[in-house]
Amino acid sequence: MTTAQAKPVIEVLGVPPAGQRLRDSLFVLILVALTSVALIVLAVLLIDTGIDGIPQLSWSFLTSFPSAFPEKAGIESAITGTLWLMAVVSFVIVPLGVASAIYLEEYADRNRWWNRLIEVNIQNLAAVPSIVYGILGLAYIVRGPLSLGRTVLAGGLTLALVVLPVVIITGREALRAVPPSIKEGALALGATRWQAIWRQTLPGSIPGIATGVILSISRAIGETAPLILVGAATFVAFNPTGLDSPFTALPLQIFSWVSQPNDQFRMLAAAAIIVLLVILIILNAAAIRLRNRYQQRW
Amino acid sequence: MADDEQRIGAIVGEVSDADPAFNPRSEPRLPAIPGQVPSVAAGQLHAPVPAVGHHDVIDDAIENPVFVTKGLSVSYGSSPAIVDVSLRVPEKQITALIGPSGCGKSTIIRCFNRMNDLIPAARVEGLVSYHGVDLYGDQIDSVQVRKRIGMVFQKPNPFPKSIYDNVAFGPKVLGMKGSMDQIVEQALRRASLWDEVKDRLKDNAFGMSGGQQQRLCIARALATNPDVLLMDEPCSALDPISTGRIEDLMHELKETVSIVIVTHNMQQAARVSDRTAFFIVDMGSSDEARIGRLVEYGPTDRIFTNPHDTRTEEYVSGKFG
Repeated sequence: MTTAQAKPVIEVLGVPPAGQRLRDSLFVLILVALTSVALIVLAVLLIDTGIDGIPQLSWSFLTSFPSAFPEKAGIESAITGTLWLMAVVSFVIVPLGVASAIYLEEYADRNRWWNRLIEVNIQNLAAVPSIVYGILGLAYIVRGPLSLGRTVLAGGLTLALVVLPVVIITGREALRAVPPSIKEGALALGATRWQAIWRQTLPGSIPGIATGVILSISRAIGETAPLILVGAATFVAFNPTGLDSPFTALPLQIFSWVSQPNDQFRMLAAAAIIVLLVILIILNAAAIRLRNRYQQRW
Repeated sequence: MADDEQRIGAIVGEVSDADPAFNPRSEPRLPAIPGQVPSVAAGQLHAPVPAVGHHDVIDDAIENPVFVTKGLSVSYGSSPAIVDVSLRVPEKQITALIGPSGCGKSTIIRCFNRMNDLIPAARVEGLVSYHGVDLYGDQIDSVQVRKRIGMVFQKPNPFPKSIYDNVAFGPKVLGMKGSMDQIVEQALRRASLWDEVKDRLKDNAFGMSGGQQQRLCIARALATNPDVLLMDEPCSALDPISTGRIEDLMHELKETVSIVIVTHNMQQAARVSDRTAFFIVDMGSSDEARIGRLVEYGPTDRIFTNPHDTRTEEYVSGKFG
């Protein structure tokens, strides 16, 4: 059916003009270059830390207390302090975060000004610098009304405040991801609102909530500024014995060693950074695994 | 459960359908918000006077109706969805609500189990009664209503749990006594699903086909022994074979429960239902003002073979919609 006047099909469907192809590949090139800036910086940091820190890593480094002598110093009290903080933070953020998320997502009437106020405030709180929470913790938790002193509990509560807004926001997203038809189905069977939420919506959103909680904990244990402000010690030669015990934590130990004049201590700081990174990677991997494994395909 | 029955029993008779002096409530149930009142003038709210007598078009001389609506209007925010619907739904029969999209069929069915309560902006005016009791009365708890009036939705919505747990959910939240295994088996048998799933009761319901999922939802609704089953376009997401099985099932079920079904599919209404209500959508001045009205209601045979209103005739003969 081709006519003599028509262009050959190969000319219509064939190679595009050279300029168009050049622009295309140039664009991709720019994107790759810009993306690699972040990756290269990260790689340099990791390699540098690795060169300094890996030779210092040993069993005795993990099981020794801080010392004035670099060859004897270790991070046992910092690791146990960090574990205690993780425990306190999770005990606080899970009930508070889930309850707030359920209230805001399922019960709060957005036509009421106070509910809108709470919502806006939680979103803003998520963006408040952690040092501000440190000041809050110092004024109200360490001293002031609660007067808990420079204890594990005070540090954990302060860190919990830092990450609570994020837990609430991710919790709400997880609840919203459960299709309303599931809740409708439960309500249509004569379930009360609470039964529908407790038995259907909440179980359906647990993977999402757990992911948010784990990521929040991993953010909390990397925080340094609030702990400095609430007055966690940097030289603690014993493990915390309870919630009312003084403590130190990995980021604080790192901060303390980095500020030492002795180069040996900076090597130790690099080694402690590697330990902290490993803990964070484990937590984040757990979160990703949880998300992928239990992701509902509604 | 015994308490509920007494309570509902005690207020039966408050509204008597046989009482000719009964006036449908004309007052809105919620205080009207200035500026949110439907912008339609009161005179326009009523459908044009049909050429034939009212009782020819709305033929609802039914003994012991399950549901009675009188002057039922529902609006979402400021836009009315349905206006002035009065009909009586018979017991142990299948009543089909048909009509073009947007005519408010689903809105009406959602008044029968108070699912409209879930939409904060929804406002229900007029009367909806269930066995003579005003469903929107002050003493009525919507949760108790839904325990007696089951519902199946347009899209199968099984819970992300095992087949067994899906069926057992209703009886569990209602605190039903007796062997749960028996309750589950009986419900699955009534939904003619038992033979297909008896060997995999612990499997996740999401692994079933769409038609099986919908029958599971029917079994789930039947497990609490409801008096009425509301079905909101239950077959619109299913293939013809699954649809046929659900229609067969409906014929079996009407021995024991009253069924109200919303459907887009006129053939389905003609096949399964005993009575048919035809609704129409009035396009108002703007696109948002789509108002559903009841045009004709009566035995399905008559609606399809001898419609009295020309709009019904045009719709059932496929001229529009």
